[in-house]
Amino acid sequence: MSGHRYSPARLLSGLGFAVRSQLDALGYATRLFGRLLAMSGPALGRFGLVRDQIFFLGNYSLAIISVSGLFVGFVLGLQGYYTLQRYGSSEALGLLVALSLVRELGPVVTALLFAGRAGTALTAEIGLMKAGEQLSAMEMMAVDPVKRVLAPRFWGGIIAMPLLAAVFSAVGIIGGWVVGVVMIGVDAGSFWSQMQSGVDVWRDVGNGIVKSFVFGVTVTFVALYQGFEAQPTPEGVSRATTRTVVVASLAVLGLDFLLTTLMFSV
Amino acid sequence: MPDTPVVPPANPALTAPLVEFRDVTFSYPASAGDRIILRKVNFSVPRGKVTALMGASGGGKTTVLRLIGGQQKANSGQVLFDGKNVAQMTQAGLYAARRRMGMLFQFGALFTDLSVFDNVAFPLREHTQLDDALVRDIVLMKLNAVGLRGARDLMPSEVSGGMARRVALARAMVLDPELIMYDEPFAGLDPISLGTAAQLIRQLNDTLGITSIVVSHDLEETFRIADQVIILANGGIAAQGTPDEVRHSTDPLVHQFVNALSEGPVKFHYPGPNVADDFGNQAPGRGGRS
Repeated sequence: MSGHRYSPARLLSGLGFAVRSQLDALGYATRLFGRLLAMSGPALGRFGLVRDQIFFLGNYSLAIISVSGLFVGFVLGLQGYYTLQRYGSSEALGLLVALSLVRELGPVVTALLFAGRAGTALTAEIGLMKAGEQLSAMEMMAVDPVKRVLAPRFWGGIIAMPLLAAVFSAVGIIGGWVVGVVMIGVDAGSFWSQMQSGVDVWRDVGNGIVKSFVFGVTVTFVALYQGFEAQPTPEGVSRATTRTVVVASLAVLGLDFLLTTLMFSV
Repeated sequence: MPDTPVVPPANPALTAPLVEFRDVTFSYPASAGDRIILRKVNFSVPRGKVTALMGASGGGKTTVLRLIGGQQKANSGQVLFDGKNVAQMTQAGLYAARRRMGMLFQFGALFTDLSVFDNVAFPLREHTQLDDALVRDIVLMKLNAVGLRGARDLMPSEVSGGMARRVALARAMVLDPELIMYDEPFAGLDPISLGTAAQLIRQLNDTLGITSIVVSHDLEETFRIADQVIILANGGIAAQGTPDEVRHSTDPLVHQFVNALSEGPVKFHYPGPNVADDFGNQAPGRGGRS
């Protein structure tokens, strides 16, 4: 017996167990990710299933994405005007709004909202399918749940996320225009022409699309993994749903910094 | 034509048991307490018969079904399905074997996002290339067999527990399996549904020539429809034979089980400190909550 409750041996073995179970989970997640990628062909081959998921994940997130985009645009217009007019360059407002949204806020905020809106729905759905033995039943029918249930949702999320980010940025730019041009009175011509000449398709828009694609993969995978690995009880599903939001949000923010650093010199 | 009919020699592949357990030992991994569920269990399930697996809760009945379906692997020993070791099958081999099995889960396990019709059609659409008209006919035939042809458009949330299980039964047999496994098909059913379910199991077994394994607690209904009864207890087989043989068994454990007695080898109380330590014989003020 290691004896005491807080003996060093006990702490050490506890630490060892924690590290091992984390490594175990990491390895399992990696294998699941590999399996999902391997199933991509068959999943995209039955595009009807993917289409349903794009509708489910994308369409139902449209309202929250558009409204958030609009308000972020409003705020950008106000704050951007406040800063720019100090240097007498308020006509660059269009450029500032567009670049902030397309390069940064569009993908990141969309991914955070997507994790909260669609990611939790995915985790809860799959967790409850597991709790109701639906995944077991599918296995007993010789149908691989990873192929039939997870893969279409994975691709649905990957396809929906960049589209939602694009909607977010577009609505945000309209919001910036409403505040800057319509309400404050920045010259409409310079608002749009500065934006048009200053935003590069590949360097700015392209990078934003790459980011939103990477975030789509991240958020969707985290949500699917948490649902698939949830304890099949009400408490387990609730924990998994919470973990989806926490892990996906942190992963998105961390990856955003990494990607921005990589893209900064380009 | 000769006067005496020619009797073909018995084909060993058709007389050999469909499922066989040989010295199977199984325990769940350490996280679940390392309890041994099955200890060197041997039995076989003859073709075309209804075999009932009975025993106290937690006695490993559902585990037996999971071992046959390859969802769990035995620690040692062999689980044979049609002469092949389930644990050694490749993924493709296992899936091919599973297509020959149907499993009815305890609460049906219907896909909650699909209608009754689509639930039953699911295996057909996944495994065959049949056109829609044919799928429709097959699905309606199977639903008719369980008396739910009229319920095709309902969602799983709109059907009762007994109906859900019948839908699941239609789904389990839609690919015409050789073996159907029923996990507690009678649990929580009202007397009418219960009688219907039992009859249905027997009837399907006889008319379609399939093999059935029924896991159940319900003594009366199960003894009525089973050809062979196996009682699992304490990790081993306590009794095995026809319902009559089991009913008249002198084994104290089997006697307790078939007569539903609360006293016997299986204790009512979960092991713990004895009554005197918990309730009495203590000076006032001592003990209390820990």
